[in-house]
Order: sequence, then structure tokens, then C-alpha cells
Amino acid sequence: MATSLTNEEIGRYSRHLIMPEVGMEGQLKLKNARVLLIGTGGLGAPVAMYLAAAGVGKLGLVDFDTVDVSNLQRQIIHGTKDIGKKKVDSAEETMKDINPFIEIVKYEVPLTSANALEILKDYDIVADGTDNFPTRFLVNDACVLLGIPNVYASIFRFEGQATVFCKDDGPCYRCLYPEPPPPGLVPSCAEGGVLGILPGVVGLIQATEVIKLILGEGQPLQGRLMLYDALSMKFRELKIRRNPECQGKCTVVKELIDYQQFCGVPHQEAPLPAPVSSTDIAPQDVKQMIDAGANFTLVDVREPHEYQICKIDKAQLIPLGDLPKRLNELDKNADIVMHCKMGGRSAKACDLLRASGFTRVRNMTGGILAWADKVDPSLPKY
Amino acid sequence: MPKILIPTPLRQFAGKKDAVEVGGATVGEALAALTTEHPDMKKNLFTDEGKLRSFVNVYVNDEDIRFLEKDKTAVAAGDTISIVPSIAGGK
Repeated sequence: MATSLTNEEIGRYSRHLIMPEVGMEGQLKLKNARVLLIGTGGLGAPVAMYLAAAGVGKLGLVDFDTVDVSNLQRQIIHGTKDIGKKKVDSAEETMKDINPFIEIVKYEVPLTSANALEILKDYDIVADGTDNFPTRFLVNDACVLLGIPNVYASIFRFEGQATVFCKDDGPCYRCLYPEPPPPGLVPSCAEGGVLGILPGVVGLIQATEVIKLILGEGQPLQGRLMLYDALSMKFRELKIRRNPECQGKCTVVKELIDYQQFCGVPHQEAPLPAPVSSTDIAPQDVKQMIDAGANFTLVDVREPHEYQICKIDKAQLIPLGDLPKRLNELDKNADIVMHCKMGGRSAKACDLLRASGFTRVRNMTGGILAWADKVDPSLPKY
Repeated sequence: MPKILIPTPLRQFAGKKDAVEVGGATVGEALAALTTEHPDMKKNLFTDEGKLRSFVNVYVNDEDIRFLEKDKTAVAAGDTISIVPSIAGGK
């Protein structure tokens, strides 16, 4: 337990030290604090950088991912030079550059029911910035069992949610949402997109709450769900109440469970390949038909903003959502090939056409991404 | 008429609108009016048995209807009904 700051640290933290709400006492609290960040992505990046700068003495990072070029639009702790590096290594490098006087502990593993309690038990506060429901419930339950406050935030497109769970007698994630959504109903950032600056704003609400908890200053964001909408630039606050059956002690979380199963996620690492049927056609075969001048209609069922990123010249754009009311643009007796980004939406479109009496409908497997891989490498992939 | 705020993930099922004004004297009636006007919302908000899905919370002003009268919670002109689904994104 540190009881004093070095002269170098005093110089570094002088803007904190001259504020009565922090002062020497508060800065020592920060120095002695241990905070675990789950995820060093969109939310984890600004949280890690600011907590490092503020002088939080020990920061744990849990992430087993590597830096991808598509991360850089928002994960500002990583740079172009870090592409391909482990995120925990890249994050550590940036944090050490900001503040060499802190300790960084790296956990390059997926957080699981088997290791969560062992990892979390050494920390005073957890900041959850993961990107999936199974880990959200796992982090919550581990915090409930260990009695560690969980500073929570999540983001989608241009909306964010933040709150503080599991602090003293406050509510937990399961008080707010008892169950996860069925898989596939709520899109992730990878599927739904996210405005790059959004995790900056929402992550710093998280970082602010972490600092307040350490200092014991102000009113924590506990029992309140902060909603942020970047487009309307509005913050709203809703009440979160503890499950009435859990007064005094949580009655829901007894032990860590199988969270993949709880969230209905299949166990295999990669999704099973879609079954190949006679109604599928490979991109190479579609290319051959085009080159041979075959008489067929190629329909792209993606959204107009995706069509602007890349397209196949022959394709006619009819977004999936518009298809039911635009069926009259297609000939029931013609050969039709449908495609989308990866093959999922176009499979739905094929079903829709067949249900409407179209007979010669095929789905291009793997969508335009497979076309870019196998036929036209000059197309950008997104 | 109460106003219902539609969250981002569900706007695609509500004609891309972020808010709609609907009739109804209770939360249940207001949500029924919403799903009648926008049928695609229904399966995203309710189970096949007609129960509100457990990853979707509904608030009248800032209070969770589970702690009021649930779908019988009275609403009036000037009240705001918020639909708040769980989101997990963080990367």
C-alpha cells in the first residue's frame, strides 16, 4: 500500500493534487486502486487510456483478440503500426507511454466460468466493455459472487447505455435484464455497425464512474441507467431497481454457469457452414454464366449504402425489406440468382421468392465477400 | 396521447421513426396500438404467447413498469413510454 507519491508523480498529478476533491489523499487512493478492464476495444480503449493517465495504480486487461484494421475507426488505444499485434500488448504500449508509473497486468485469454473468479478476485472494481451477452452475464455473476462493483457500458450504432452494478445493495445486470435475447435478434457492432466516436463518449462515462468510486466522491451512477443518443445529443436517465426478491442478498446468482448455453449460443467456435443444396450456386459459376452471356437475372438484396461500397456490375439492387412489394419487377419464369454480403439475407430472399411462386431461384453462396475472394479481388471487403 | 420512444435497433420495424404518438390509456393499450400500426414490431417486443420479452424493458417516464402496474400502468398525454432493449456491444 503506497503512502506517498514520488516527486515525479507529484509533478505529473499536480492538476489533481490542487483540487480538494482529489488532493494527496485521493491521488493515493487512485495509486492503490486495482481496476480490471474486460475488453480493450471500443469502450476499453478510452477507459484504459484515461485511467492510466489518472494514475490508477494497477490496471488489468482481459482480451485475447488481435488488432484488425477495422478496429482503428474507434479503438484509439491501437494504431496502424499495431495491426496484427495482440490487443493487450498494443494497449499496454500506449498506456505505458502515457504513464510509466502504473502496473499493467495482461490476461490474454477469453474470460470463462473456469477462470473468471480467479482473475476478478484481485481487483476492487471491474469495467465491463465486452461485446457479447454470454460475457456480460458472466462478468455480472462473478461480480455478484465476489461483491465487486461492475461499471457497465454498452453501445449500438449511435446509442449507449451505462450504469454501476453490484455496488453495495444496488441492483445487478440481472435485475435490469433477467435474460439474454435469443441469438440473432440483437445485432452486434460487427453486424449493426457503430459510430466511431460513440464508445469514446460512453467509455468516458465509464471511466468517470470508476474514478468516482475510487475517490468516494459524488453520486455514483447506481440504480440509474444512463441512456445516450448521439444523433439527438440527449442523455436520459431511467431508474433501475433491485429485484425485490433479492433484498439483502442476491437470490438469482448462486454460482457461475455455462453462459454460452444460457444465451443459446452454439458451442462450436465457428458457425456451421450453410448446407449446400441444389439451389445454391458458387460465385465462380455465376461469373461463368455472365461470361457466357447466359440469360438470367442477378439480384443484390443488400441495402443501398452497402451497394455504394462495392457491387457486381450485372446485379440489380432490391433491398430485402423492399422485396415483397417489388416482386412485380421480377419474372416468375426467369432464372434468378440472389446475393447479399455473406449469403444469409439472400437465402431468406430465395425462400420469399419460392413462396411467391418463383421456381428457378438460386442463392449465390458466400455473397459478395466470396465473389471478392474468388472472382474479383479488386473489390473492397467490408 | 402518450409518446413512445423507439430505440435504435427497433426503428427499422417502425418506419425508421425514433418516436411515435399513439392512443391508449394504459401501457398495454399503447403498445398494442404501436404493433397494430407497425406489425413487424410485434415479434421483437412480444413472445408468441403475447408476453413482453425479458430482454426488453418498458418505462413510463423514468420508472420501470415492472415496478408499477406492468402493462396496466396508466398513461396520459405528456407521458413518455421508453422501450429499452438490452444491447451488448462494446468493441
